[in-house]
Amino acid sequence: MVQKLDYLRETPSQTAGPYVHIGLSPRDAGFDIYDNQLGEDIAGPDAKGERITIQGRVLDGTGAPVRDVLIETWQANADGIYPGRGAVEDGFRGWGRVVPDAEGVFTIKTVKPGAAPGRHDTVMAPHLNLWLVARGINVGLNTRMYFADEEALNADDAVLNLIEQAHRRDSLLAQPDGDVYRFDIHLQGERETVFLDI
Amino acid sequence: MTGELYQRDRTWHPPALTPDYKTSVARSPRLPLLSLQNSDSELTGPTFGHGDIAAGDADLLSNYAQTGDPIGERIIVHGRVLDENARPVPNTLVEVWQANAGGRYRHVKDTYFAPVDPNFGGCGRTITDAEGRYAFRTVKPGAYPWRNWTNSWRPAHIHVSVFGTAFAQRLITQMYFEGDPLIPKCPIVATLKDPAAVTQLTAALDLNATIPLDTIAYKFDIVLRGHRATWFENRPEGN
Ligand SMILES: [Fe+2]
Repeated sequence: MVQKLDYLRETPSQTAGPYVHIGLSPRDAGFDIYDNQLGEDIAGPDAKGERITIQGRVLDGTGAPVRDVLIETWQANADGIYPGRGAVEDGFRGWGRVVPDAEGVFTIKTVKPGAAPGRHDTVMAPHLNLWLVARGINVGLNTRMYFADEEALNADDAVLNLIEQAHRRDSLLAQPDGDVYRFDIHLQGERETVFLDI
Repeated sequence: MTGELYQRDRTWHPPALTPDYKTSVARSPRLPLLSLQNSDSELTGPTFGHGDIAAGDADLLSNYAQTGDPIGERIIVHGRVLDENARPVPNTLVEVWQANAGGRYRHVKDTYFAPVDPNFGGCGRTITDAEGRYAFRTVKPGAYPWRNWTNSWRPAHIHVSVFGTAFAQRLITQMYFEGDPLIPKCPIVATLKDPAAVTQLTAALDLNATIPLDTIAYKFDIVLRGHRATWFENRPEGN
């Protein structure tokens, strides 16, 4: 016999189900209950940096848009500082929640994050951290959204470079398209997005 | 100084593809997840304060009431948010949503015959105290049918969302109720392969936490990923 390790076990995940909007984004479920719905303003009015809009769809393995998804975003400010790691602008939350519209298109309005310190004195290319939950997703899916127009920083990014099949790195790149960045997330299929076990 | 997080045990959580839960089939990634060591992107996360929410948000009996109390069995759901090191997680946001006592959600897409309750919204939120404790007051949700097989019924459950301090601790789960005969019949519950994982999601009737002659109580503790100690990690590392 040996001594017992007394760690607790993480609470196991269950799907967020079809009505996750009721709990986390009730206005999108069609009713008003809270004065302050959380996650509506990622950067706040005083944030430095370039204001950007990201649009895209989450697609299932048949190519159909996933309309009941909820996406959370987490990012550094324009100086590459995460809230909690250093001073950021008043009102800069770095975190938001978005849900798709009737056509399945989600829209993220924020500021472009700066490059942030990575592990062991490396630099992480600018990116948003995304977490997806929906009916049919048993454990929330983590991924990152990088910017295709940051070629030099992307080329040195440790996470992008960890993706063995180089062509799959493109699945994490938002493409500039006029006033917006386009970023579709493919849950499965030929163009499956690289999801992360973080 | 806290370190990186313990690796998430993916054999304890449900796998992505669970064919008996049919919706997972077209929504499950088929390629392996890319395993990352933690950086600031994973170890930081949003924080919330009492300015973000209202004190009454945790009382689902009153937070949407128009003309009186909602119909149903009055319950308290309480517990602690801890990490895998059994340390409390204070000041963290806990959000819940659920069907009403008849098993109907206040959602445009829920067309079940059970009526919407005009006095019940079905969501609540609170922030844990210094010891990681939280409590909600609500009605016990009803079981409801759903289209998986033609005769599929969800056990009574409350959806629970928790943050912790790191974005990589983010968790959504469902709380079930002690003694519910639908638990072993449910294909969503059955996405969990280890019976101990189902037990961990089943709240215990807690007679010590009731309000006698008023409200019955269930206890549901939530465990988030723990942080590693960093005793020998102040050296420059190779990779
Ligand atoms: Fe549900």
